[in-house]
Amino acid sequence: MGLSLAIDLAQRGRKVVLLDDADRIGEGSRAICFSKRALEVWDRLGVGERMRAKGVEWKVGKVFLGDGLVYSFDLLPEGGHKMPAFINLQQYYAEKYLVERVLDLPAIDLRWRNKVTAIERGNDHVRLTIETPDGPYTLSAEYLVACDGARSQLRNMVGAEFVGETFEDQFLIADVKMTAAFPTERWFWFDPPFHTGQSALLHRQPDDVWRIDLQLGPDADPKEETRPERVRPRIERMLGHGDFDFEWISLYRFQCRRMQRFLHGRVIFAGDAAHQVSPFGARGANSGLEDAENLAWKLDLVLDGASHALLESYDTERTQAADDNIGHSTRSTDFIAPHSPFERALRNATLRLARHADFAKRMVNAGRLSTPTVYDTPLSTPDTEAWSGRMRPGMALVDAPLADAEGRPRFLTEVFAGKGCRFTLVTMGINGAIETPRNVARIDIGTAGGYRDETGAFAERWGAEAGAAYLLRPDGYLAARMKAPTPSGLEAALRRAQAQ
Amino acid sequence: MPLVTASNLPDPDAAYRMIVEANRGLSPAQSAALQAAALLILANHLGDPQILKDALALARATAVEEVK
Repeated sequence: MGLSLAIDLAQRGRKVVLLDDADRIGEGSRAICFSKRALEVWDRLGVGERMRAKGVEWKVGKVFLGDGLVYSFDLLPEGGHKMPAFINLQQYYAEKYLVERVLDLPAIDLRWRNKVTAIERGNDHVRLTIETPDGPYTLSAEYLVACDGARSQLRNMVGAEFVGETFEDQFLIADVKMTAAFPTERWFWFDPPFHTGQSALLHRQPDDVWRIDLQLGPDADPKEETRPERVRPRIERMLGHGDFDFEWISLYRFQCRRMQRFLHGRVIFAGDAAHQVSPFGARGANSGLEDAENLAWKLDLVLDGASHALLESYDTERTQAADDNIGHSTRSTDFIAPHSPFERALRNATLRLARHADFAKRMVNAGRLSTPTVYDTPLSTPDTEAWSGRMRPGMALVDAPLADAEGRPRFLTEVFAGKGCRFTLVTMGINGAIETPRNVARIDIGTAGGYRDETGAFAERWGAEAGAAYLLRPDGYLAARMKAPTPSGLEAALRRAQAQ
Repeated sequence: MPLVTASNLPDPDAAYRMIVEANRGLSPAQSAALQAAALLILANHLGDPQILKDALALARATAVEEVK
C-alpha cells in the first residue's frame, strides 16, 4: 500500500521517498483477493488493467455444510462496471506491477534496504535516522506515512498502543499448484467430510495456483502443522488425489485491532500498521488501499496550504472504516470459530436451518467481502432532498457505462480518472447553465456534446434526473449533490469538502 | 412497540406444554440445538431488533439471577 500511496502522490506532482527495509518485494502469495474498489484505485494509478489481465476474476461464492450446498452469493449480479467484483492475484504480482510503475515515475525515489531506526518529530518536519548497508544517514520530511505493516516499528517509535481481540483458532494456509477443473468461485465448507468439525476454503489464483485454508483449532502446533509431509495428507483428503505441489505454507492466528488515532503529528499511519483484521472478507489489503486513496489527495492539498482539519478527516473517515472492517471480520471469525459450546450450538443450528429456511442462509457468515465504507463525515454536505438510486454522500462513486460524444464506450470511473482525479462536478442534463467552480473538473452527461447514458444505468444508479449535479472528491467519493445546483451551493460544498 | 410482558397467549398452559413436548425424548445436546434453532426462527419471525434486544436482556437477567 505504500507503493500505491507513493504513486498517487507522485501523480499529483509530489516528491516521495519510499523506504523499504527489505531488498525486494515480499515472497509468498499472502493477500490474494483484490476488490472492485482496489482495482478502480489501481486503474487511476495506471496499473489496474495489468492487475486485471493477470488476475482471475470472480464474483460467486458458495458455502457448503458437510458436502451439501447451503447457499451461494453473487457479489456483482449486474453488468455495466469497468472492474469485476474481485480478482484473485498473488500479492507478489501486485507488488511487482506497482514497483514497475514506481520506477516509471521520477518523482518517487525508491530505496531498498533502508531501515528507519529512529524518528524525531518537529513542528514542521519529521527527522528520520535510516540504517543502510553503506551506513546510516538522516532525512527530513514534511510528512512521514508509516505503511510498515502489522508489526510496525514506527508505531512503537511514536509509542502508540495497538490493542484488540486475539482469536485462539489457528488456520493453515496452503497454496498448491495443480491443474483442476473447479470453477473460479470462492468455496467455503463448514464441517466438510475431508476435514471433520472444522472449516475449509478453496479459491483459485493465476498460474494454476489454488489457495486452500484449513481451520486447525486452537491447539495446533505451528512447527508440526506446517511440515509439508504433514500438510500433504490433509490436502490429499480434500482433493481426492496427490497430484499437486506446494507453493507456500503458512499457519495463522488472527487479531482484530486498530490504533486509537492514525495521525500522530506529522507521522501518519496507514494499512496494517494502523489496523488489523482477520482475513475472512478480504479486508486487509483492500482497506489499506482505501487508506492510501483517502490520504493521497488530502496530503496533497495540505502541502498546498489547505487546513490541517482536512488531514484530521483522514483519521475520522479511516478509523470509521477500520471499525467497520473489524466489526465484519470479527463477526465472521466468531461464526467460523465459535467461542463457547453455546455459540457452537447456535452456529450449527443456523447452518442446519439454512437448508430449510431462507432467513438462516442470510445469517451464515463465512466472510462478508470487502466493500468501501460509506463515510459519515464532516466533509459531506448532507442531502436536503430525497434521492433515488444507491449513491449517498460519503460513498465511492458507483460505476456506470457511458458513451462519449463520438459514441465510444467509456466507463464513468475512467472518465473521472481521465479528468485528473480532482474535485469533479458531474452534471446530468444541464446545458451549460451552471458554472464550474475554479479548479474543479467537469463531466456533463445527457447534454449535446457531453457523455451519453444510453443504457440509463447512470440515471438509475445515481438517481439522476435532468438538472442534477454531483460534486466528487479527488478520491471519487461523493461530497454533495443537488437537484437544482446554485453557484453558492456548490462553492459551500467545495469548501466543506476541504474542511474549510 | 415495547416488549409485551403481560400475558399474551390465548392458552399459556398449552404453549408451555408445546415447548416441553418439543423437547421430550431429546438428548441434552439435541435439546440445546432445538433451543438455538427456535430462538433464531422466532427472532426472524419477530423481525424487530429492539424487541429482540429487550427480550434477550430480560432473559439474560433471569439467567444470571438463577445461576449465580
